[in-house]
Amino acid sequence: MFKLIPRENVSPVLSLLGPLFSVGFTMLIGGVLFYFLGVDPFAAIKMIFWDPLMSETFSTYSIPQIFIKGAPLILIALGLSVGFKANVWNIGAEGQYIMGAIFGASFALSLYPLESIFIFPTMVLMGILGGSLWSMIPALLKVKLNVNEILVSLMLVYVAEQILALASLGFLRNPDGAGFPGSRNLSQYSSASNSELIVGTGIHLGVLLSLLMVVFFYVLLFRHSLGFKIKLLGNSPKASGFSGDNPNKLIFLCLTLSGSLAGLAGIMEVAGPAGQINIDFNVGYGFTAIIVAFLGRLNPIGIFFAGIVMALTYVGGELTQFMLNLPAAAIQVFQGMLLFFLLSFDLFVHYKIKLKGNK
Amino acid sequence: MDLSEINFAVLVASLIVASTPLVLAALGELIAEKAGVLNLGVEGMMIIGAVSGFIVGVETGSAYVGIIAAAVAGALLSLLFSFIILIMQANQVASGLALTIFGLGIAALMGHPYTGIKSPQISTISIPILNEIPILGTMFFQHDLVVYLSLISVLTVWYFLTRTRAGLILRSVGEDHNVAHSLGYRVKTIRFLAITFGGAMAGVGGGYLSLVRVPQWTEGMTAGAGWIALALVVFSGWRPFRLLVGAYIFGGITILQLNLQAIGVNINIAVLSMAPYLATILALVVISMSRFRGNRGAPGCLGTSFVKTT
Repeated sequence: MFKLIPRENVSPVLSLLGPLFSVGFTMLIGGVLFYFLGVDPFAAIKMIFWDPLMSETFSTYSIPQIFIKGAPLILIALGLSVGFKANVWNIGAEGQYIMGAIFGASFALSLYPLESIFIFPTMVLMGILGGSLWSMIPALLKVKLNVNEILVSLMLVYVAEQILALASLGFLRNPDGAGFPGSRNLSQYSSASNSELIVGTGIHLGVLLSLLMVVFFYVLLFRHSLGFKIKLLGNSPKASGFSGDNPNKLIFLCLTLSGSLAGLAGIMEVAGPAGQINIDFNVGYGFTAIIVAFLGRLNPIGIFFAGIVMALTYVGGELTQFMLNLPAAAIQVFQGMLLFFLLSFDLFVHYKIKLKGNK
Repeated sequence: MDLSEINFAVLVASLIVASTPLVLAALGELIAEKAGVLNLGVEGMMIIGAVSGFIVGVETGSAYVGIIAAAVAGALLSLLFSFIILIMQANQVASGLALTIFGLGIAALMGHPYTGIKSPQISTISIPILNEIPILGTMFFQHDLVVYLSLISVLTVWYFLTRTRAGLILRSVGEDHNVAHSLGYRVKTIRFLAITFGGAMAGVGGGYLSLVRVPQWTEGMTAGAGWIALALVVFSGWRPFRLLVGAYIFGGITILQLNLQAIGVNINIAVLSMAPYLATILALVVISMSRFRGNRGAPGCLGTSFVKTT
């Protein structure tokens, strides 16, 4: 049998190889899955990972799309990763994303058709506020009453989804929309529109912000004492207490920070690519971002690349759905598998494996 | 609105049906957690149970075969979790989430051709004499086999945990795996069995949902039931009977809100649909506030992985 020996230091090489191997294994097993679904595995894998980037027919559309779909994933995952480091598990980012969008859009639409340059920045702040307020519910309950933040944040996703339905069918419904569900289109309201920065690509402010946030979080985690305190709380809560840090403050900060970023992602999406508040506004970015955070090894730069890879599976997934009739759920399975391989591979990062018996 | 349209005895009977998936799934998780394993994949195992149970039920024409298939499917998916956390030593929280994401995907993939089909009927077994008691008969003694089984399992789990040697060993593994190991118990084997039992129970819960409770297959039909089951375990203070009571209160809220929707009460449907989730949060808050019983019963090693050092 085998024996596990804990490594004194985490191997940096293996730590980098893990995500790469995981993507490779996922392609392999995913290919087998595609075969059983009656789709040519080579064509499908090529279409998911290669065509969006390299094919002449698709790439002009897909490359910007990767960044557009990557932006919310990166924003949310950055926020989540900070909490995950501290063993604070916000898994309700999907709800905070929805609430950010609703808060921001409600503010902007309440002023419609007033035009002012102050509307857009205030709307973005309201979006951030919406997300952070929603995450403050599990944060306060955790800090004050020690209620499990995993369950509360997740339950609030379902509540947020119902509020989204209320908004699309009720208080935000477009009065000129002939009774159809959904709010006014923010892209037709120039003061609130998160318009594209590069004409014809759809690249919007959220993409730019996601890149800036990668830098910001890198500095926060590796060059600022707060980053150290958060890591300390996660690795050794006792030492954290001895050094005089207030764990409750850190937990509260981790949760609201991740909520704020999810809210930011939400408002950017609703004012940009989505355009309006509607029942089907949320597409699971809040959950996929959990995978992105792990795939990126909870490191801001890693999360950037992980976000891009995951966005690639979304864009490529749509392509295979369209061209090869691959069911949409296959991509979700693909993403779940990726997380399994990643988590499994961590064994080699944290332990040396020795054959037992011949001492 | 006419509240008299709601028949109380029928309401309680449907409450029991609504709660049964939760009782089953939560009971499975209770055993896993008592062995020190926090499996956040309940939602994933439930939905795999729901889809497999439904498919097998439709293909064989027997709801019972469907329920058995659901148990097998839930247990099979839990093997993946066991492998990752017991052999690959992965973080339990993250692995549970992965299991849920993966399960939801696989279920959507498997269930696609079966959307909108009717499931085979499950027969009601009326318990003679008892079912003729007015009101109580309708409430408690005219159910299907799975409901009775869920009640028997509550009793069995309670007996197992508190009155048997095996139950004591399982709890010791959850309380302190190092001590249990040094006493010579096989920590990983015991945890593996507990996880598998949890998977099978979640599977049956899911199967009951798609074959009896709804009865239909729709994508994402568990709608957080697995997570609510997890909350119920915390709420129960890791005790089977309190878990049953909690599940029934919870089922009551769900059924009441559905009935209010049906009779057209003047509250928005979206607001009513929030009720079960808000109730779950409220329950967690209440249980945390009563400090002296709050976390008592939580196994000492819950959520930590065991590495053999000696």
